[in-house]
Amino acid sequence: MADQSTAKDPEKERRKIKSVSKMKEIMTTYYIEAKTARENGKKVAWITSGGPVEFLIAMDVIPVYPENHGAMIGASKMGVGLCEKAEEMGYSRDLCSYARSDIACSVTDGGPIGGLPRPDFLVCCNNICGTVLKWYEVAARFYNVPLFILDTPFIHTQFSEASRKYVVQQTYEYIAFLEKQCGRKMNFERINEVARLAVQGLRLWQEVLDTAAHKPAPMTAFDAFFHLALIVTLRGTQIAVDYYQQLVAEMRQRIQDGISMVPNEKYRLLWDNLPVWYRTKWLSDKFSSHNACLVGDTYTSAWSGIMDLIDENNFIETGAVAYSSVYINVSLDIMFETLKKLIKKYDVDGLVMHSNRSCKPYSLGQYDLGQMVMRELKIPTLIIEADMVDERSFSESQIETRIDAFMETLKG
Amino acid sequence: MDALKTLKAAAADPYVYGAAIQAKSGKKVVGNFCTYTLEELIVAAGAVPFRLCGTKEDISLADKHLQSYCCSLVRGGLEDALRGNLSFLAGAVFPHTCDSIQRLSDIWRLNAGFPFHIDVVLPVKLDTPSARTYMIDVLAGCKADLEAALGVQITPERLHHAISLYNDIRGTLGDIYRMRSADPGVISAGDLYHVLKASMIMDRDELLPLLHTLRDELKAGAKTAPSTVGRRVALSGGICNHPDIYTILEECGAQVIWDDLCTGTRYFEGQIEENIVPIEAIANRYITRMICPAKHLSVTARGENLVNLAKVQKADGVIFLFLKFCDPHSFDYPYLKKFLDDAGVPNILLEVEAQLPSDAQLRTRFETFVDMLK
Repeated sequence: MADQSTAKDPEKERRKIKSVSKMKEIMTTYYIEAKTARENGKKVAWITSGGPVEFLIAMDVIPVYPENHGAMIGASKMGVGLCEKAEEMGYSRDLCSYARSDIACSVTDGGPIGGLPRPDFLVCCNNICGTVLKWYEVAARFYNVPLFILDTPFIHTQFSEASRKYVVQQTYEYIAFLEKQCGRKMNFERINEVARLAVQGLRLWQEVLDTAAHKPAPMTAFDAFFHLALIVTLRGTQIAVDYYQQLVAEMRQRIQDGISMVPNEKYRLLWDNLPVWYRTKWLSDKFSSHNACLVGDTYTSAWSGIMDLIDENNFIETGAVAYSSVYINVSLDIMFETLKKLIKKYDVDGLVMHSNRSCKPYSLGQYDLGQMVMRELKIPTLIIEADMVDERSFSESQIETRIDAFMETLKG
Repeated sequence: MDALKTLKAAAADPYVYGAAIQAKSGKKVVGNFCTYTLEELIVAAGAVPFRLCGTKEDISLADKHLQSYCCSLVRGGLEDALRGNLSFLAGAVFPHTCDSIQRLSDIWRLNAGFPFHIDVVLPVKLDTPSARTYMIDVLAGCKADLEAALGVQITPERLHHAISLYNDIRGTLGDIYRMRSADPGVISAGDLYHVLKASMIMDRDELLPLLHTLRDELKAGAKTAPSTVGRRVALSGGICNHPDIYTILEECGAQVIWDDLCTGTRYFEGQIEENIVPIEAIANRYITRMICPAKHLSVTARGENLVNLAKVQKADGVIFLFLKFCDPHSFDYPYLKKFLDDAGVPNILLEVEAQLPSDAQLRTRFETFVDMLK
């Protein structure tokens, strides 16, 4: 579990992704800017991870992402204390741990960065879950600020013409909302500029993820979880584009130099659901010890999965339609189509599903998806019962036994 | 009191009643899990909307599809479907509400094997003109889907009939609720619960005269419950599938006199205008009726409603009755509690799964609560 090595192992050093430090620097700058926005005369909006941030950027509003905050809380292992605080406030332990820990931070200014900057207004897009609606209602009451809801109808079989009309109409309402909050007109040309940068960033991000199709993979899903932060928080900016250019270049160089992330990659696995943020290293080491590499995942590719639906020259009419079509806003059979493509692209031997107590829309239905994968692709599935932030729902011995048993069957 | 007896019999064994509908009336039966099911359209299509409330069986088949952290309504409904307990259904209609029902719809469609399956992707926010326009579009889509699934044409006449039928049913249920609130001796809370449950499953043409008879009898002075004096309590939450709660509470010295439940006021509140375009009129009711917490009206709508309800119905206290793992209700709880606390209305939270807590445990909790009301 803990890193045993004290002296630096040159072999390990060689495998480390060098861009990590740049990434940390960018995220630090981003949070400093967000936390000092008010002093600099800028407005701050909280927005859901799957929300169309492009309009905020075009309006020069600083977007802040409570979900990214939740991930940071999980990764810094501060989740349990904060979740317990929320439970004291009356929030059930069965609720989403991102929401619980973030709500607790609002009250205590706790967590890894002393709480998020206070929002001037809130933008909630429910394409990822119904939880964000409730979470943002809580925030709207707590901060007493306006809430805009972009309601993206779920796609069970197809996205209807009525749904298209509804989300396009809401896009104009969103713009009007922003104009009112900011007290100035939207620059419509700027929207398409931002959209172009967003799409460029998404394409580069997808290229980064695609490099893991190489055998052996230069990076793993665990690396993707980390490097994802910019596609969430700085999507639509030149900073994200520049960074992912650098990251793609590094990955390609690694392929050329024969550097893989897992030393003796033998088994290739696909991850489903959000990460177990407080145990990414443990899980990564655990799979590595079996010469198994998690080469791809359904989560980090969710953002780039919709980029082809965006018309960069007409973002207003196509952006929200694309956002409505994200991986988690579609039925199990449509998810299965995506899953099949990922399994083929990355040529994986097994599927690892994180059954995440915090995320019902992602987790309910996993058993069926696992069955479909087995039936149609003859690929076995391992299900890990855990939670993305709340460590109390992680049973190490049980999970270790399950991983070991699963790997034994793969090794056959 | 034959009417009450008939209603209670249907509610006591809903699947037995449901299985007999088609043979008796030739009508198809359409399963659903939600008060946002566009029942008026189903009735206009000549079928019977049949509300599902979970199972009495142990969960085994549903375990292969749903994790344990999913609510008992969703797991139980699937269990009954997979066991064949619902073989009398011609199909099901799934309005969009919470994340769990959303996934249940997929799992149901892929595994339950009923002849038809209709998803109704309603708007989540109900407070804007564009959401209303979308709602009307969705209603029109649902109407077309039902026509195709049931092989009928929903004519304007059929729609008008269904609307006036529903206005009468809902109005009568409201009358009976208000009569009980004014004088709990007219009908017991447990009986009224069964009347509501029956109203959600029975052939509505058969139901309406029974409700009329019951109301008229109660109005004429019939007393079907002991006129016990007790504290007045309102329930707030999702579904109640436990009639024992009403009797245990009564034995502890309190009476349920009103509620904000799916299996209660949210089912019958609000009338449909009869002089405008039917589809729009139906949409109007669904967007103005008090919301389920999976929908958005404003950030304080439910709190204001609950405080007002306690005041109007002279409730001494409120019991929050939630299904465990119900995210929308659990998210609203701290703020609803604060609204009640600020208004000086005592309240407790009771979280239940498929089974109630033990009788003794429940009694202790209720007795402590009733003491707070004195």
